[in-house]
Amino acid sequence: MHELSVCQALIGQVERVARENGARSVVAITIAVGPLSGVEAGLLEHAYPVAAAGTLAEHATLTIETVPVRVRCRSCGAETGAQPNRLVCGACDDWQVDVIAGEEMLLTRVEIETEPAPVH
Amino acid sequence: MCRDCGCSLGPAAQRAPLAAAPSVPGKTETIEVITAILDENDRIAAHNRGHFDGHGVLALNLMSSPGAGKTSLLEATIRALDGKLKVAVIEGDLATENDADRIRACGVPAVQITTGNACHLDAQMVHDALDRLPLADLDVLFIENVGNLVCPASFDLGQHRNVTLLSVPEGDDKPAKYPVMFRAADLSLITKTDLLAYITEFKLERAHAALRQIGFQGETIELSNRGGDGFTAWLAWLEREVTSQRERAARGETAKPSIQPEGASAHAAGHRPSR
Ligand SMILES: Nc1nc2c(ncn2[C@@H]2O[C@H](COP(=O)(O)OP(=O)(O)O)[C@@H](O)[C@H]2O)c(=O)[nH]1
Ligand SMILES: [Mg+2]
Ligand SMILES: [Zn+2]
Ligand SMILES: [Zn+2]
Repeated sequence: MHELSVCQALIGQVERVARENGARSVVAITIAVGPLSGVEAGLLEHAYPVAAAGTLAEHATLTIETVPVRVRCRSCGAETGAQPNRLVCGACDDWQVDVIAGEEMLLTRVEIETEPAPVH
Repeated sequence: MCRDCGCSLGPAAQRAPLAAAPSVPGKTETIEVITAILDENDRIAAHNRGHFDGHGVLALNLMSSPGAGKTSLLEATIRALDGKLKVAVIEGDLATENDADRIRACGVPAVQITTGNACHLDAQMVHDALDRLPLADLDVLFIENVGNLVCPASFDLGQHRNVTLLSVPEGDDKPAKYPVMFRAADLSLITKTDLLAYITEFKLERAHAALRQIGFQGETIELSNRGGDGFTAWLAWLEREVTSQRERAARGETAKPSIQPEGASAHAAGHRPSR
């Protein structure tokens, strides 16, 4: 399952960002994933806790923002949504299109804890 | 179990860490970053590409489902080239035990990758294998990826071109079912065409239409490893790519497969890389 490898790579990135910013721990992670990236949100969610165990991100929540596929038509210029297995222009049905969104596999936001909660 | 490729990850192991409730956080800070999740892999892949370019070697990544005919194609290609191009193979396909032996039997160097995740190759595995190959003496390095239509597509290995195989027994609708993989190809091979006479439900026009619908804009060659026009066209493609790679390398330039989801994504989404 390559989603586990992807999550391990993600945790690597997150830990780097966390360390650079003097984090005690990571509270939340947001990623953006498009259907054309080759990873599935559901499988990422399953693999994530395994990859995060024993790291700074052990208790961090993972939010996956799904980026819908969008294409720009080379004949009519329209920008429309499309299905991953039907990358055609939604306006004129031409298949000569450029993908402008939906390939993402990005880390976009890391929320870190910099100081412990006050003791009461 | 991974429903894409069948590799296993126990459900118990998946749930345990979730049960631990996060403690109440203290002072927090939100950091906006835009980095490719596979940044580290991409960096190693670029490094591999540098090795290939340094020696003017063309690196090709072969991807397909298990049994589509990757190893057979390599055997037939090596025999047909008869030493005209100097070839080596990195074998990542674990579906059959002895792929590297089959390649060595054709008289060319082969390195079998046996470690790591069983469902795809990554740039580090390829880098480790490079140590055991005579790069300076090669024209082409074939990387036979793990037989899997999902996982390998996400990992850049440093190859210059992606070649996918779709074999006739698999059915002409495979590209529609695995769009990410088939779209990533620079060259799409429809293999085992000698079987078209028996598997009449496979329609070449439908396979071509399915490829077009998923946005595949590369070249397609229909072939059988039992010889014929298609096989000749494949050899011609290969020789053309070897020549282009030599010329590019001499100019100090490189090439990547035309579809690189990871690299393209930051621009596609209108994001700017943060560092
Ligand atoms: N009829 C026919 N069979 C083929 C052809 N190419 C490969 N095969 C057979 O398909 C099976 C799997 O081939 P292999 O090269 O091991 O596939 P791989 O798993 O993709 O490396 C073997 O039994 C091959 O003999 C072909 O062009 N025509
Ligand atoms: Mg094989
Ligand atoms: Zn997998
Ligand atoms: Zn249009």
